[in-house]
Amino acid sequence: MRQIHVDTITKTVRDLCIDACIDIGSDVECLLNKARDTEVSPFGQNILDQLIENIDIARREQIPICQDTGMAVIFLEIGQDVHIIGGSLTEAINEGVRQGYRDGYLRKSVLDPLTRINTQDNTPAIIHTEIVPGNKLKITIAPKGFGSENMSALKMLKPSDGIEGIKHFIIETVKNAGANPCPPIVLGVGIGGTMEKAALLAKKSLIREVGTPNSDPEIAKLEEELLTLVNETGVGPQGLGGIVTALAVHVDTYPTHIAGLPVAVNVQCHAARHKEAVL
Amino acid sequence: MSKVIIHTPIVQEEIDSLKAGDVVYLTGTIITGRDAAHKRFVDLLDEGKELPVEIENQAIFYVGPTPPPPGKVIGASGPTTSGRMDAYAPRLLDLGLKAMIGKGQRSKEVVDAIVRNKAIYFAATGGAGALLSQCIKSAKVMAFDDLGAEAVRVLEVENMPLIVAIDTKGNDLYKLGREKYSKL
Repeated sequence: MRQIHVDTITKTVRDLCIDACIDIGSDVECLLNKARDTEVSPFGQNILDQLIENIDIARREQIPICQDTGMAVIFLEIGQDVHIIGGSLTEAINEGVRQGYRDGYLRKSVLDPLTRINTQDNTPAIIHTEIVPGNKLKITIAPKGFGSENMSALKMLKPSDGIEGIKHFIIETVKNAGANPCPPIVLGVGIGGTMEKAALLAKKSLIREVGTPNSDPEIAKLEEELLTLVNETGVGPQGLGGIVTALAVHVDTYPTHIAGLPVAVNVQCHAARHKEAVL
Repeated sequence: MSKVIIHTPIVQEEIDSLKAGDVVYLTGTIITGRDAAHKRFVDLLDEGKELPVEIENQAIFYVGPTPPPPGKVIGASGPTTSGRMDAYAPRLLDLGLKAMIGKGQRSKEVVDAIVRNKAIYFAATGGAGALLSQCIKSAKVMAFDDLGAEAVRVLEVENMPLIVAIDTKGNDLYKLGREKYSKL
């Protein structure tokens, strides 16, 4: 059984937190450049120019692209032949978040939901764990800002609502979100499963390289159709009107119950941050 | 899109001539405040106490910056969603606050208070925190230090790029812009 020490995990999480918040992936950068070529609204073009320049400034000055450095959402794929040694896995991850948000001068935005007292170190992280075959540990960090998280929605549709009902719900969510989630957005859509499964599918679809279609051609077609519809809302960059409201729509599905049709829409701002490492 | 330079404290005549959709560069000192600071402002007012900063003819920027790395005055400093301040904004506007800087649409109550007070709402680009930080020349915490990122600061800004989102007459670029491009 392969052993991985918790100190390695802490160090990896620390570095990923900083990297994710400062250096946006080339997937988003390419799509913003493409959006700049597509957008016809003068406000939209002006905003996209700023967002592209913002990416360069963040890299050059080594500061985060956005002040909302989010809650640290972490996906773990733990190989079943891995033995984690030296302490608690959860604590190792939270220590990595603590160090990353401190050493990277990232904002500490996490607090008790009722007392509103800040934990001061951006912990705890939101950790999703999956056991997979093999002897590797894959860690993906996707810091999630709440301008966009707040505009997300979940609905338990009726089976009779069908695909049209799904499309309607997604478009209404985008219209209702308007400018708040910092468009151009990325939409993560989870269809099926149970309530929490749909939400998790939506969230997890956002760590896909942005703009990569679902491997199922039928779902990829739906993603394309949804992207066209979302861009027809006219919301545009920053909600000031335009033809680029979203950079991509990602859809993932899972079997559900005969009585149900859960749909979750996780709204992601243009700062679609995600970085990964394999140990 | 005409481009105008605006200074603080806000001069009424200067903002009266601005229209929703004008591009503005703001230079001067502005105050910051977001959710927790706004709640404290209103609590202080309810208790009949004075606010810790002067708001009359001032501009408030809804921001919670990242901490300054060594050698810098501030970290990333983009706007947060203004709608969460809607519950508090009319009260501050009625006390003389002239300009708000944030992102996203505002409630009818806020638009009414903007018109009533001939105030203005500017949109800064959400998610352009690194770019906007370059316009900030100094930052000083003025109140509620315990709130960390949410503390009230006074910022000295130079040529901060903004768009007039809601002008003094209540014209709303969020509505006008969307209507122009909507196909649904």
